[in-house]
Amino acid sequence: MAILREQVLHVAQLARLALTDEEVERFTRQLGAILDAVGKVAELDLADVEPTAHPLDLVNVWRADEPRPSLAADDALANAPAREQGAFRVPPRRA
Amino acid sequence: MNRWEPVIGLEIHVHLKTRTKMFCACAVEYGAEPNTLTCPVCLGHPGTLPVPNARAVEWTVKLGLALGCEIAAHAVFHRKNYFYPDLAKGYQISQYDEPLCRDGRFLVPTAEGELEVGIVRAHLEEDAAKIVHVGGAGGRIGGADYSLVDYNRAGTPLVEIVTRPDLRSADDARRFLQLLRQTIVELGISDAEMEKGTLRADANISVRRAGDTGLRTRTELKNMNSFSFIARGIEAELARQVEVWESGGEVVQQTYDFHADTGALTARRTKEEAEDYRYFPEPDLVPLSPPPELVEPVRRQLPELPGARVGRLRADLDFEAATGLVTSGRDRLFEAVVAAGGEPRPTANVLMNQFATAGVDPAAVEADEFAKLIAARDRIPRDTFLRAVAESGRPGFAAEPYLAEAAISDTDALAPLVERVLAENPKQVASYRGGKEGVLGFFVGQVMRETRGKADPKVVNELVREKLRA
Ligand SMILES: [Zn+2]
Repeated sequence: MAILREQVLHVAQLARLALTDEEVERFTRQLGAILDAVGKVAELDLADVEPTAHPLDLVNVWRADEPRPSLAADDALANAPAREQGAFRVPPRRA
Repeated sequence: MNRWEPVIGLEIHVHLKTRTKMFCACAVEYGAEPNTLTCPVCLGHPGTLPVPNARAVEWTVKLGLALGCEIAAHAVFHRKNYFYPDLAKGYQISQYDEPLCRDGRFLVPTAEGELEVGIVRAHLEEDAAKIVHVGGAGGRIGGADYSLVDYNRAGTPLVEIVTRPDLRSADDARRFLQLLRQTIVELGISDAEMEKGTLRADANISVRRAGDTGLRTRTELKNMNSFSFIARGIEAELARQVEVWESGGEVVQQTYDFHADTGALTARRTKEEAEDYRYFPEPDLVPLSPPPELVEPVRRQLPELPGARVGRLRADLDFEAATGLVTSGRDRLFEAVVAAGGEPRPTANVLMNQFATAGVDPAAVEADEFAKLIAARDRIPRDTFLRAVAESGRPGFAAEPYLAEAAISDTDALAPLVERVLAENPKQVASYRGGKEGVLGFFVGQVMRETRGKADPKVVNELVREKLRA
């Protein structure tokens, strides 16, 4: 197995996800399968290949420092779970 | 047993004063209505893509060069993952193992010579949203009922500077920060105001026995929003650590907040602070490779930096005066006034005291006229001098009319006044004659007051002595 149950629980904790036992079991299996598939790359001899995080041969894609109009506050808040005084109202951090 | 040696490193966050945010074209403004400066990118809506702000990159390069850093030929943005509502995406775009600037050094003049502070790195990242915790125990995070989020600040450009642990006292740390701040302001890339939060500093602190080379466990000190708080916070934490070691305990790696009002240090809860950010290269952004056409003009146009100027002023002034002039932005005026004939020490004194009190803009002052004022400072009445200094930044200011108001040094004019003051204060006269010479100052003060500061204090002094001897 490419991933342990404890690692799935740890990542779920980092992502603030509450998983059922059944989900932990299923994700352990599914993530393991994904890691096994990606692990195929390790079978290749890549000694001469530069590590890259990107498929594009591009650098310095940037924009001029020119402002453009922002969203109206009402639109910005359209997806807010709740709003108060023009702000997104969210649950407190768990104590 | 050897004494304890402080080992201090700093992490500084500087807000760049670009017109727009780091990865979207929303305007950067302070004090705007909440959530009026947002867009799908800085709100982290699915399907949106970040595009870096070219000016923020250029300014980071500029700062890196001023800090003597190498500018990376290849720099990469990383995602720093964490789940908290101050970043809607679930991650902050930052830099990790390939920052824009690295391996610099910054020289800080001190009374004992130059202090060299190594710069590990300076990298570019985005700031988080502002959160206000409501309800619970006085708005504290732990017991809040709910939180309000304003995303106007989310995605605004920040440079993080990390120093090597080269600082050896709280005072060194304060001096370093003051000089760094002045450098940043002069580069024109940030207001760098601690009160506004556009310059923030955290300190990594440990102590060791003098002569040791290894490092002991360090703690992190946060939440210090002025230069003096930083110095006091570091002092407090150093004292705490020494106490822990000396009582046979062990310093634990921990983050503390310093409360300037009470001088107390409080530890942050550790459970969820365990750092596990799962950094990985940001797949939505291609690497940065600042070309020579960008770097070289910036390097050529770097102004002479404050540290170098303090060094130059040391020829004429002591360390405190030289640093004071440079970090208050008055050193260029000082040099111009000295070049126009002003004596260095009195010029520095006036600029750091009366001039500072009057709140005059140094850039508005004509050095030639100011030099005349300095030369005449003992010949004209005190209040005339102060008035002239306060007016020295006005357009078309001329020293001449003020110099014409010569102090009253005419003995014939002053003698009757002195006699009257003595006659009105027989008790003090008696005690002077009884040996209390300090009363002299009282008489001189009375005469100066009668003349509204227009009398020449030297002449008055002599007259009073003379009359008392009679
Ligand atoms: Zn935006």
